[in-house]
Amino acid sequence: MGAEPLPLRYAAPTSGRSAGTLHCMQPFLSSLADAFMLALSFDAGLYSIIALTLKVSVTAALLAALAGTALGAWVAVGRFPGRSLLIVLFNAAMGLPPVVAGLAVYLLLSRAGPFGSLGLLFTPQAMVIAQVLLITPIVAALSRQIIEDAWREYEEQLTSLGVARTRAALTLLWDTRFSLATVALAGLGRAMAEVGAVMIVGGNIDGVTRVMTTAIALETTKGDLPLALALGVILLTLVLLLNLAAHLVREWSIKRYG
Amino acid sequence: MTNALLTLDRVSFDGRGHRVLDAISLRLSARRTFILGPNGAGKSVLLRVMHGLLEPSAGKVRWERVSDALPPGMAAGAVDGGTAHPAGGKAVPSTSARPRLAMVFQRPVMLRRSALDNVIYGMRANGSSAGVAARAQEKLARVGLAHLAARPARVLSGGEQQRVALARAWALQPDVLLLDEPTANLDPHAIRQVEAIIGEIAASGTAIVMTTHHRGLAKRLADEVIFLHQGRVAEQTPAGQFFDQPQSQPGRDYLRGDLE
Repeated sequence: MGAEPLPLRYAAPTSGRSAGTLHCMQPFLSSLADAFMLALSFDAGLYSIIALTLKVSVTAALLAALAGTALGAWVAVGRFPGRSLLIVLFNAAMGLPPVVAGLAVYLLLSRAGPFGSLGLLFTPQAMVIAQVLLITPIVAALSRQIIEDAWREYEEQLTSLGVARTRAALTLLWDTRFSLATVALAGLGRAMAEVGAVMIVGGNIDGVTRVMTTAIALETTKGDLPLALALGVILLTLVLLLNLAAHLVREWSIKRYG
Repeated sequence: MTNALLTLDRVSFDGRGHRVLDAISLRLSARRTFILGPNGAGKSVLLRVMHGLLEPSAGKVRWERVSDALPPGMAAGAVDGGTAHPAGGKAVPSTSARPRLAMVFQRPVMLRRSALDNVIYGMRANGSSAGVAARAQEKLARVGLAHLAARPARVLSGGEQQRVALARAWALQPDVLLLDEPTANLDPHAIRQVEAIIGEIAASGTAIVMTTHHRGLAKRLADEVIFLHQGRVAEQTPAGQFFDQPQSQPGRDYLRGDLE
């Protein structure tokens, strides 16, 4: 008895709302359906875009992880003039607008620029360079924080053992390796999701420098919403998986190593 | 006992706007010296200044090799005979070399690796390379942790971590082991284990300098007590005498329980 009115009560406003919003939701829903079909269709063009995205972003994230953690460790345990300024610069560079980074790399690589003769503009390599420039400060700032916290804990013990600073930095890098791995994964997520810099230095050339974000931007302006949405859904899934991986790495390492 | 192991000459230390150590002069030559005193007396800071982890604001800290200060045969080098020991059991001029120091802290700092690798790390950092794994394993066995050697050190209990820290310090074959309240966070069972290990380390020829709040432990282990009060040495007395008849008023107050 008491349960009966419930479906009715809930059904009424639901149907009422859908009637009112149906005509503007319709294209979105049908686009979403098309997007899923497309994502599952193993369309060659779609998958070449995904492959290039991963290739560029993973390369950039690896390079940025190497450079960023080394910089972070150096600043964390180093004693040198200008250290505080460097920390502020790293933190500020975390918020570097991608289009500005893209513009800087564009100017460096353009025909008239200092590295114009390398002919790198509008190539995947140029996109990697721009992304490294974007992500390295993020990795450096976050890993500096992590390594410095560990250093605060270890400093007296390592000094007591007579460990030199370089060796101490290597010890800290090793002991924070799981936290640093999650930082690298965060960097990868940022690289994959970024659009402004790769658009400027890559040029969004079909089959050469078109990645997921630039394709989404283009297809949206062209009005091909299913393709844009399909790419968006895949991109979201990839970023979600990355964060899941980062989370699992941390959980596992804490359980395993404390 | 003509030579001192450690001489402090009017050592002061200023920290956070106030004087933590105030012109401390002392000569330290006992095998097992305990630094006692109420909270905030400067015990931990004194230990760190002795170790060189903190630079004194004024005054001089001078270590001499234990083999000078003690009769031959009692020296750490002669007992342990480690290969990494530069001077072995030989007497060397007091100015030529610092004794080998190691320190165990109140909160054991465990590196993110196995218990065994924690011990090996300390030995490698001190320049040992040959046979470190076997010697590290032996030291873990001496502290009763052979069965946990492969376990990640950070997941061990507090008492077990402190024993790993003791094994790591012991494996350096130090002339002097400094201990900063090593039993402060431990349960009674773990305290007894740590006490036994410290006794063994002392018996193996390493001089002990330790701060603690555990009077019973100090009474059982100490040869000599340095009583600190408000950054000054209130008294430096043989342990038996200190616990029966303290020479200073702060010492008497402390033993009566009026000073914490």
